[in-house]
Amino acid sequence: MTPTPDGALAPAPDIAIDVRGLSKSFGNRKVVRDLSMQVRRGTIYGFLGPNGSGKTTTIRMLTGLLTPDEGEGTCLGYNILTQADEIKRHVGYMTQRFSLYQDLSVRENLEFVARLYGIARPVAAAGAMVERLGLNGREEQLAGELSGGWKQRLALGACTLPSPQLLLLDEPTAGVDPKARREFWNEIHALAAQGLTVLVSTHYMDEAERCHEIAYIAYGVLLARGTVPEVIAAAHLITYTVSAPSATLTRLGDELADRPGVDMVAPFGSSLHVSGRDEAALEAAIGPYRERADLTWTRSEATLEDVFIDLMSRARDNFQ
Amino acid sequence: MTMIQGQTPRRSRRGEFWRRTWAMLVKEFIQLRRDRVSFAMIIMIPLIQLLLFGYAINTNPRHLPTAILLQESSDLGRSILRALENTRYFKVTHVLHDEAEFDRLLASGTVLFAIEIPANFERDVRRGDRPAILIASDATDPVAAGSAIAALSGVLQTALRHDHGVPEPASAPFEFRSHARYNPAAETSLNIVPGLVGTILTMTMLIFTALSVTREIERGTMESLLSMPIRPVEVMLGKIIPYIIVGFVQAALILGIGILLFGVPLLGSLLLLAMLSTLFITANLAIGYTFSTLAQNQLQAMQMSLMFFLPNILLSGFMFPFAGMPVWAQWIGEALPLTHYLRIVRGIMLKGASFENLYYDTAALTGLMLLAMAVAVTRFRRTLD
Repeated sequence: MTPTPDGALAPAPDIAIDVRGLSKSFGNRKVVRDLSMQVRRGTIYGFLGPNGSGKTTTIRMLTGLLTPDEGEGTCLGYNILTQADEIKRHVGYMTQRFSLYQDLSVRENLEFVARLYGIARPVAAAGAMVERLGLNGREEQLAGELSGGWKQRLALGACTLPSPQLLLLDEPTAGVDPKARREFWNEIHALAAQGLTVLVSTHYMDEAERCHEIAYIAYGVLLARGTVPEVIAAAHLITYTVSAPSATLTRLGDELADRPGVDMVAPFGSSLHVSGRDEAALEAAIGPYRERADLTWTRSEATLEDVFIDLMSRARDNFQ
Repeated sequence: MTMIQGQTPRRSRRGEFWRRTWAMLVKEFIQLRRDRVSFAMIIMIPLIQLLLFGYAINTNPRHLPTAILLQESSDLGRSILRALENTRYFKVTHVLHDEAEFDRLLASGTVLFAIEIPANFERDVRRGDRPAILIASDATDPVAAGSAIAALSGVLQTALRHDHGVPEPASAPFEFRSHARYNPAAETSLNIVPGLVGTILTMTMLIFTALSVTREIERGTMESLLSMPIRPVEVMLGKIIPYIIVGFVQAALILGIGILLFGVPLLGSLLLLAMLSTLFITANLAIGYTFSTLAQNQLQAMQMSLMFFLPNILLSGFMFPFAGMPVWAQWIGEALPLTHYLRIVRGIMLKGASFENLYYDTAALTGLMLLAMAVAVTRFRRTLD
C-alpha cells in the first residue's frame, strides 16, 4: 500500500517519521517540549533519555494514542493528528509494560492479533510466528506465566505479526538478561535488514551503539541527534581519566567537581572521568592535581554516557 | 543485617501489632481519599437511595389505575364509582363502552382493575334485586390488588346511603362480584418467579460487562488494544455478544426451574418470551458496558452497578407494586429495563399476552438499549489522553 500524501505535510518518500514542534502537557507538567525529529526508512533509530524524559509520551503521540497539544507531522506519510487509524494498521507498537493478555496462551494471543488485523489464515500465521520466535513447546503456556525474556519475545512477535512498516519499541529490553538482550537486538537488525524502520527507546548506553542513529531527550527536550560519533563530537567535551587509590577516590571526586572549569565528574570503577567543555579552564582546574604522584592522568575520548550526563545537567539548568 | 548488642529492647507484642495495623490503616485512608469518585459514592449511595426508596415505596398502594365499563348511565352507578374513588384505592383512568377493550387493558397491564356496571343496574337496585357489579383484577401481583379488594366491603355498605328511593335493606342493596384474573389463588410464587428471572439476569449481566473495560485498563492491555486498528463499536459488540449467550442459558435455567418446580404456567408464546428475553439481556449488558466506559477502575464500576441495581429491585415493580408508587418514582421505574421486562415476562407467562399487548415495553427496552450503546460508544476513550 502506498501512503496517501497529505497536502503540505507530505514528506520525502524515504522518511518514515517526520514530526515538528510536538508538545504535550499533563496538567501543569510539560512532558514534551517542541520536539522535532526525522527518521529515515530502514534505519534503527535509538531514542535515549533518562526515566521520565518524555520518551514514552513521544512514542504514544506517534501512534495516535496521545494527542499532541501542539505540533504536527507524519508517520509513514499519515498525519498523526487525523489519520491514527491508518497509522495503527501499519505500525507495530510494543509497550513498555507487557500488555498482551496474561490469561491467554501464547498461541491465543498471537491468533487474536492476527484476526484483529484481518490476516488471512490467522491460525497458520500465529503458528509460523511461534516457530519464528522459537516458542515451540510453549504455545499453550499462558502469557502471564512466561519469564521476562520470553514475554518480551512474544510481545515483539505480536507487534511484527501484521507485517508493519514501522516498529515502535518502548524500552523493550528493560529487565531482560544480557543473553536475551543480545538475541533481541539480532532480531531487530534482521528486521531492519528486511526494510523495516525501528524506533527503539532505551536507557542502556551499549544499546545506543547498536543503532544507526540516535536522539537524546531529557526533560522533554530533544538535546542531540545523529550517529553516535556525531553526537559525541558535537558535545565538544574534553575528558581526562584519572586513576587514584580507592580510599581517596570519593574525596578527590568531590574536590574536582567543585572547581570551576570542571563540568562533570563521574566514577568508573577505580578511576574518574573528569570532563569540561572549555579546554583551557579544565586544564587550569586539574593543573594542581596533575602534580600528585598518587594520581595517573590520561587524556581520553568522552564516552556517550559522559556526553549524555553532561547534556542532562545542562538541560536541567535550562528547563528546571 | 546484624543486630547491635544491647539495642534490642523488648517491645511489647501488642505494641507492634497496633503499630503495623495503624500503618496499614493510614495507607488505606490515603488511598480512599485519592479515589474521589468512590469517596463521593460513600456519601451519595446511602443518601440518594434512602430518600428515593423512603418516599417511593408503599406496600399499601393507592390510586390504582382502573377501567370502567358502563352498560348504563345512572345516578346510582355514578354514586358507586364516586364511593370507589373515595377509598383512594381506585383511580378511574379509562371509561369504556365495549367488552373487548375491557380484556385488552387488563392483559396489557394498563389497568389493574376493570369494573363493569351492568345494564338495568339502577332498576334492579330499586327493586331490591341485589344486582352484581363485576370487578376484574389483575392478580399477577397479589399484593397490589389485595388491599383494594378488601376495601370493597366498606363501599358496599355506604355507597348508596344518600341516594333516595333505595330501600333500606337488612343486607347491602347490591353486591360486588370480584374476579381475580391470572392468579385466582393469589399464589405469590406465580408473581415472584417470573420477576426473579428479570432480577437475576439484571444482576449477572451488569457485572459481566461492567468490569470489561476497566479490567483492560487496570491490567494494562488497553494500551495494546488501542494501538491496534479496532473501533469502539467493535470492542463493544465483541465484549457483549458472548454474554448474550451466557444470559440466554441463565434465563432458560431459571424459567425451566420456575415451570418445573414452582408450577408457573407459560400461557403465551415461548418464542416471543425467548426473543424479548434476549432483548432484555442485551439491554442490561449494554448498560453494564456503559458503566465500564465511565468508571476509572473496577471498584467504581462495581459501585455504579450496585447503584443501578437497587432501584431495579425496588422501583421496577419486582418487590413492591409499581402502580402504588408516586408518579415521579414511576418515571424512574420506566427508565429501568427490569420494569419493562417484568411486564413482558409476567404478561407472557401468566396472562398469555401476545406481542400486540407488549409493543410499548418492547419499544422502551429497545430504546434503553440503544441509548446505553450510544453513550458507551461515544464515551469510549480512543486515546490515553
